Amino acid sequence: MAETPVTTPALKQTPLNNLHRQLGARMVEFGGWDMPVQYSGGILEEHRAVREAAGLFDVSHMGEFEIRGPDAVAFLSHVITNDPTPLQIGQAQYTVICYPHGGAVDDLIIFKLGEDDFLAVVNASNTEKDFEWMQGQTSGFNVSLTDRSLDYGLIALQGPAAVEILRPLTSLDLDAMPYYSVRRGPVTGVEAILSRTGYTGEDGFEIMVAWDTTPQVWQALLDAGAPHGLKPAGLGARDTLRLEAAMPLYGHELDADTNPLECGLNRFVVLDKPEFVGRDVLAAVKANGPTKRLIGLEVVGRGIPRQGYAIMKDGQTIGTVTSGTQSPTLGKAIGLAYVQPDYTKVGAEVEVLIRGAGVLARIVKRPFYKRPK
Amino acid sequence: MPNVPAELKYTKEHEWAKVEGDLVRIGITEYAQEQLGDVVFVELPQPGSKVAYMKNFGVVESVKAASDLYSPVGGEVVEANSDLESQPELVNKDPYGGGWLILVRPDDPSALNSLLDADAYSAFLDSLA
Repeated sequence: MAETPVTTPALKQTPLNNLHRQLGARMVEFGGWDMPVQYSGGILEEHRAVREAAGLFDVSHMGEFEIRGPDAVAFLSHVITNDPTPLQIGQAQYTVICYPHGGAVDDLIIFKLGEDDFLAVVNASNTEKDFEWMQGQTSGFNVSLTDRSLDYGLIALQGPAAVEILRPLTSLDLDAMPYYSVRRGPVTGVEAILSRTGYTGEDGFEIMVAWDTTPQVWQALLDAGAPHGLKPAGLGARDTLRLEAAMPLYGHELDADTNPLECGLNRFVVLDKPEFVGRDVLAAVKANGPTKRLIGLEVVGRGIPRQGYAIMKDGQTIGTVTSGTQSPTLGKAIGLAYVQPDYTKVGAEVEVLIRGAGVLARIVKRPFYKRPK
Repeated sequence: MPNVPAELKYTKEHEWAKVEGDLVRIGITEYAQEQLGDVVFVELPQPGSKVAYMKNFGVVESVKAASDLYSPVGGEVVEANSDLESQPELVNKDPYGGGWLILVRPDDPSALNSLLDADAYSAFLDSLA
């Protein structure tokens, strides 16, 4: 007998893989990782828990890069579209990395941990590509770039109850942590990098700890959160939550053929920096207007928009859906779509082509959901 | 293991068929609804329209994705379950009862004999595990 050739490489596992299985998770492949898409209660229950109480997500599959050295700020300023110069130690920033032609390499968050010490958190499926790309941009800069993706586990604690769940588990002053701040300190007795960030549209935290300590931190958070209504939540709920909050997902709203101005990320693109990769093209896009624009859609008829469905107006195709779902919070079918720039007026009616039939939809403001203050 | 009622017939696409006099009631199995997760939308044919054996007759959508439905028999749709318009979750809660999909008058009632019985469908589910 010949040996069976290996056709698919083994999926990577986060440090929480066994715990997910014990919790009854349904596991799926995502970006080369074996990840929980939902637990036994289902996506709707997990989604509701995050909106009303709290949810706990394993996002250890995401990539983490250390960027250190005297030129760390100058290097980042060259690579990213946002401006890292004004960042103070303890602040985080959302940004995009672009190719010279303006298309997105990835979207990411950078954390300023020390004067010449940054951490970038990137999308799991883009980790290798991003690292290679950034490494290729380092010449002339006194900076060291280190891929720490397999050294850190990452847990997201999200929802209105997140702060009260976390408070007894850390000596860090959470009230002194505004949105997009980051601190080092103990969480559940484990040294952590704690940030007030997330991908759900709710208040919440992301907790980065050494890979091998991730299970004990996860378990401590689950136990402490249970009386508050916290539930473990999978990638399914993560997607419906971010979509209601109209946050872009790489591979849907952003890709190498889409620039951040088309995606409506203007405030994260600082064109008056002296230089950065993609600047010239983005400045021209800004001056001439993008050739496509992201819109939010609410379906008026019956049906759910899905990625790839055509957007029609007066019988002509004017765009394409990038993400869509039945919004658990709103009880309506919603979607994000790219359309020709003349068709972005809020309130305007369009049709989504669903299985060959045009279904009435209305352009609405993004985000679809905004948390009560 | 998911419930597989002995009196029903099954397809490998996870639909069930139940003979009710000269009509056939059709739905999806407990295994299918478990795999789909929370059902949030169901699209069914109008009464009076025709469905064909193992051809797509509608769609059931979870939060994450749309899945086609295949008819275990060819024939004319007598009734579609209109409760699912406002309560698609019945497909999850009661897949063999209130979550039924369509009622069909089969062109050829003997065609049901070609479907899987409960034992064969259970064995098929085992083979997927």
